Amino acid sequence: MDRNATAVMSRPAQANSADELSGAEIVIRALKDQGVRHIFGYPGGAVLPIYDALFADNEIIHVLCRHEQGAVHAAEGYARSTGKPGVVLVTSGPGATNAVTGITDALMDSIPLVVLTGQVPTHLIGNDAFQECDTVGITRPCTKHNWLVKDANDLARTLHEAFQIATTGRPGPVVVDIPKDVQFNKGTYVAPGSVHHRTWRPKTDPDLAQIVQAIDLMAHAKRPVFYTGGGIINAGPEASKMLRELVEITGFPITSTLMGLGAYPASGPQWLGMLGMHGTWEANHAMHDCDVMICLGARFDDRVTGRIDVFAPDAKKIHLDIDASQINKNVRVDVPIVADAAKALKEMLHFWKTQRRKVDEPALKEWWTQIAQWRKKDSLKFVTSETIIKPQFAIDRLFAATRGHDTYITTEVGQHQMWAAQRFGFDDPNHWMTSGGLGTMGYGLPAAVGVQMAHPDALVIDIAGEASVQMTMQEMSTAVQYKLPVKIFILNNQYMGMVRQWQQLLHGGRYSHSYSEALPDFVKLADAFGCVGLRAENPGELDDKIAEMIAVKRPVLFDCRVDPKENCYPMIPSGRAHNEMILSDAEDGSAMGEAGKILV
Amino acid sequence: MSNAPKIARHTIAVLVDNEAGVLARVIGLFSGRGYNIESLTVAEVDHAARTSRITIVTSGTPDVIEQIEAQLGRLVPIHRVVNWTTAKPGIEREMALIKVVGTGEKRVEALRLADAFRARVIDTTHTSFIFEITGAPDKIDAFVDLMRPLGLADVSRTGVAAISRGPEAM
Repeated sequence: MDRNATAVMSRPAQANSADELSGAEIVIRALKDQGVRHIFGYPGGAVLPIYDALFADNEIIHVLCRHEQGAVHAAEGYARSTGKPGVVLVTSGPGATNAVTGITDALMDSIPLVVLTGQVPTHLIGNDAFQECDTVGITRPCTKHNWLVKDANDLARTLHEAFQIATTGRPGPVVVDIPKDVQFNKGTYVAPGSVHHRTWRPKTDPDLAQIVQAIDLMAHAKRPVFYTGGGIINAGPEASKMLRELVEITGFPITSTLMGLGAYPASGPQWLGMLGMHGTWEANHAMHDCDVMICLGARFDDRVTGRIDVFAPDAKKIHLDIDASQINKNVRVDVPIVADAAKALKEMLHFWKTQRRKVDEPALKEWWTQIAQWRKKDSLKFVTSETIIKPQFAIDRLFAATRGHDTYITTEVGQHQMWAAQRFGFDDPNHWMTSGGLGTMGYGLPAAVGVQMAHPDALVIDIAGEASVQMTMQEMSTAVQYKLPVKIFILNNQYMGMVRQWQQLLHGGRYSHSYSEALPDFVKLADAFGCVGLRAENPGELDDKIAEMIAVKRPVLFDCRVDPKENCYPMIPSGRAHNEMILSDAEDGSAMGEAGKILV
Repeated sequence: MSNAPKIARHTIAVLVDNEAGVLARVIGLFSGRGYNIESLTVAEVDHAARTSRITIVTSGTPDVIEQIEAQLGRLVPIHRVVNWTTAKPGIEREMALIKVVGTGEKRVEALRLADAFRARVIDTTHTSFIFEITGAPDKIDAFVDLMRPLGLADVSRTGVAAISRGPEAM
């Protein structure tokens, strides 16, 4: 018999109605049966019964965030760093609408989340009741699926389905909207094992004929490149392991999207660096000139492809994705493989070995010679300074100082994010949390809170910008409350740096509203929050301050004053091809042209 | 733009679980991703199995149609997606109710044309007819066009229902 059912039956208080629980109790039981240890939330009128059930429970740890958006980003950080679904609990109306940015972020980056929202009681739905909003209507386009549960008897099944859908196939966020009366009403609890979804059957096993076609292309490739993405991370650590083996036995070069960093180690010999708009010279040129592209768990995003009609013009393209709708969406491919990345990689390795496949060694050698030429460009180089901290220098020093620690990096969105992606060497999957698809400023600080909650002893650093971090700054208070020693490393250039960079390149240096004339004193702000504030203003003091930041076992706000005018290169101007990168301010800033201007 | 991909009309059937909001998901997908809907019909087809069938007439380039099918297939409460224009040969029918107002020669002509189109008269007064006509959408288009000069007053169309030819089910 099912262990959960037994547990329910054995409850003495339930003697007369053995499996009847209140809706709120069903929620708690379902979360426990799904293995949930931590939830991130914010109480309110429409979720009070669930908060009451939480009060009576001593297994689930609730993290009280300061804003519902922060709660969702924290759950995202938690999910991305553990591979487990993140769980969020918020109230109706503004609780739900505040969560929407985080939910959309999770949808774009394929992060499994189960978001529980309170709703006004069923008899008031549609009545413009206090704190009512059409949560399922609002979140329909930004979730993988959502439900409004109108009967406590449907609640357990719906919650189990919610976990199943959030975590299987391509992961993503789901919302379960629970009216307050349903939380009070009694209903029958069913255990996860007894729930079988009527329609949800994600395809995860690869078509073997396509696997063979793929390795055939690989074996005959003269200029191959692996282009990998977040799908590898989502497929679990096994997928990264097998990717590393496949890269090693083929000897092919590998690049990755922003979301896929860490799947292959940045210290690995075949690593080309990140590709795309701010990717390296060698990665983008390899993509442009390759004859076989092996895309694994990435989706040919516009930040990656640049100008689409001249994207890798000579390449045969293999595309592995768990989501069939990604195949041929932006780029037509030659060998589509719809499958879970771990399962597909396993088969690729299996067939490569059993069919005794060999690569075209002489061609590959020539290809690596070409790549070595591109690498000589040293496209991430920057002009150092004795007097002012260059943001790239700050990242390099931070990276050096964190060697030997179990380090997790989150970021906000903008220049600092790109510098972190370019320069911080990620050697393991699940150690890099960033908002890729949606580009959500304010993601990094709450995400760091979620990561630290899951990994209490790890070194968790949010590489931030001073503009982004102010969007969710209040979560510093959460970090203090739960004694989470997150390090908020702010590259403070006083500008919305990426906006400023685009205004310089595209809008004649008219810096319209991208300069923050009134910034808080971050050190004093840290003091007000009850955490530690540090500031570095010149290159000479940076190492000591970073060491101090790492040593202190408390949350830290680090105000790193950097060159306000530094731009992030290399860059593929919008609307340009992979081989039309610019490397510095010295090159033509108007390179984007009229067609590129309209792109984001 | 002479070699631009050709836009064609496609009829797509979607078998869905008959749950709250499922139609909104399908329509939201079309509006959110900028796809066209020329017509859409929906009704429960199996009460016991709680399934409904949505038939959508849309238009787009082959790439867009491929995306529409894939995106529909990704929605959770969906059992099956079939394109009756490409995957299987389908047969389409639409029903329309058409009100024509007039007297004298025009009235006689309307009745004569209705007969030729096998449209039934389902309501009549001294000055009006309501015709019921069933057929492929272009047949209904043709009938409506013919009625226009004869006193066409109102048109209500069901949108397309479609099914595959031969013994196979969806």
